[in-house]
Amino acid sequence: MRWRNRGPLRRDEEDRLLGGVAAGIAEWIGFSPTMVRVIIVVVALLTQGPMVPLYFVGWLLIPPKTGGSSIASRARHDSVGIALAVGLGSVLCVLLLLIGVLNNGLVAAWGWPQVVSVGCLVLIWRNASDTEQAALRHLVEPLESLGVGGNRMRRGTMVRLIAAVALLIGGVSWILSSHQKITLIGPLVGGTVLVICGVVLLLGPWWLRIARDLMVERQARARAEERADMAAQIHDSVLQTLALIQWRASDPQQVVQLARAQERELRSWLFEGRAPGEAVAASFAEGVRQIQRDVEARHGVPVEIVTVGDCPLDDDLAALLASAREATVNAAKWSGASVISLYAEVEPEQVAVAVRDRGKGFDPDAVPDDRKGLAESIHGRMSRHGGSAAVTSAPGEGTKVALTMPRTAASAQSAGGSQR
Amino acid sequence: MSAASRTPPRVVLVDDHGLFRAGVRAEIGRKVDVIGEAEDVAPAIEIIERLNPDVVLLDVHLPGGGGQAVIAAVKTEHPDVRFLALSASDAPEDVIAVIRAGARGYVTKTISTDELADAILRVADGDAVFSHRLAGFVLDAFAAEPSPQDVKPSFDPELDQLTSREREVLRLIAQGYTYKEIARELYISVKTVETHVSSVLRKLQLSSRHQLTRWAAERRLT
Repeated sequence: MRWRNRGPLRRDEEDRLLGGVAAGIAEWIGFSPTMVRVIIVVVALLTQGPMVPLYFVGWLLIPPKTGGSSIASRARHDSVGIALAVGLGSVLCVLLLLIGVLNNGLVAAWGWPQVVSVGCLVLIWRNASDTEQAALRHLVEPLESLGVGGNRMRRGTMVRLIAAVALLIGGVSWILSSHQKITLIGPLVGGTVLVICGVVLLLGPWWLRIARDLMVERQARARAEERADMAAQIHDSVLQTLALIQWRASDPQQVVQLARAQERELRSWLFEGRAPGEAVAASFAEGVRQIQRDVEARHGVPVEIVTVGDCPLDDDLAALLASAREATVNAAKWSGASVISLYAEVEPEQVAVAVRDRGKGFDPDAVPDDRKGLAESIHGRMSRHGGSAAVTSAPGEGTKVALTMPRTAASAQSAGGSQR
Repeated sequence: MSAASRTPPRVVLVDDHGLFRAGVRAEIGRKVDVIGEAEDVAPAIEIIERLNPDVVLLDVHLPGGGGQAVIAAVKTEHPDVRFLALSASDAPEDVIAVIRAGARGYVTKTISTDELADAILRVADGDAVFSHRLAGFVLDAFAAEPSPQDVKPSFDPELDQLTSREREVLRLIAQGYTYKEIARELYISVKTVETHVSSVLRKLQLSSRHQLTRWAAERRLT
């Protein structure tokens, strides 16, 4: 768990199963969403009911993360919805009263709080934002296929529902029949099995859908990250080279040289899977020396490097090197400093890099968001790989970029061997 | 530093390149008093014993035994003479050898004139001078925890470890910070920074860590 600056409590629509309440709470208190979900379910089972409406009330009242007001604030003006909610609630009340006459056990205990749930659900259903409504509709689609969908599909759903309801009724009544004769364990077990079968039959498609959605979402996120890495990579190499070419347009020979080097780099990245600039480095310190060579050769600014310790490269450290390269190139291009200091230390738990110049410096708060170099290439890349970046700078006082990347178990072990 | 208010230190230059000596003498001559030059080990020993300077600016690579031979020869007779090692190569094994022989500091030949003059004054005051490169070497050499068989029974086990504060100071030196900037960064006085650096130098010279020798030897191979 990382300590983070937590914002206000918001429902997390990205990582939701239902309304995103659990995920929102999880982010707020810094737990894992799964943990919070499990806690909610367990508490709901233990307290027999009241937790369920509490969840819906939360859904209603907590505003979503993506901005906008809470559903409740919109529902206030939805008189039809309120009437509907009250109406459904009272119908449920009557039903529960009837059931209470017949049987005063489990059903009543679970049932009464749901009067509130039903009301909340109606309001949510009617007043949720468009995206959320779409998601809700998506969620109940297995049921809706009753109305739409092909003939065969409808019949399948019908059969499934009837079987499920039959199993549920059978199971519940079997369990309830044991109320009189507690000694008979048979009905209890058998009934429970029936109820479980019923629940699986009824809710199975939902579970499948939710699982599938989660997977699709995860894939999408992985793709987005890959894209961001690629964009950072292209920014580092191609865009930097293009900028250089513009600057040195008066020197055709150098332009050709730059273009050729860039072409080589791009080819090796696209077709051999090597990241630009990291083509041959086998170890971290070697990568640092490579940065020194490249920046000195391309930008003509001396880079003083000090490396302490060494370890083999892995993906995370390659990302660290790429960020360090970016920071060094930035310093060479913008700071106007006569020398750049690049310090890299391999520690047992982490690898730290500091890039420092005594140049112009800048006001970090004044950098516009669309200047991709600092924001995306360095911060984004570091955090995607579990590291962190801190930029200290002030006009006239130079710039320091401090990068740290925690070491994975594998690389830490092998370095322990090489350091002895 | 109160460099202006006192008599400039008397300095002897030892370097096998006459051109370099002339350049240094011309550049730092205003801030320090260059009283002699030598280009080899034997003449260097002779001139140091004769003139008894405050500081000897000593090239690490000298024909006839290297800088450490000079230090070894005059150290016992003239304990007040302080040595500042100077090198173009940055080969760690040479640097460590000169420091362990008794030099009070080490700077690279790429150093700016002002910084070199500062460094000489600092050494004359009895402080240690670490270039960013040397700081890196020391951090590297003291990096790993010493294993028991690595350390000979030492009369002072503290010599074999850097304190976390010393480590911090070295890290900043390695990043090119000046003592003044380090003091500001760590909220300590410049004097305290100097104390830390001197203590690191003492450890570097007296530590019985095998690590140091082996570390230097390993670097020689690469």
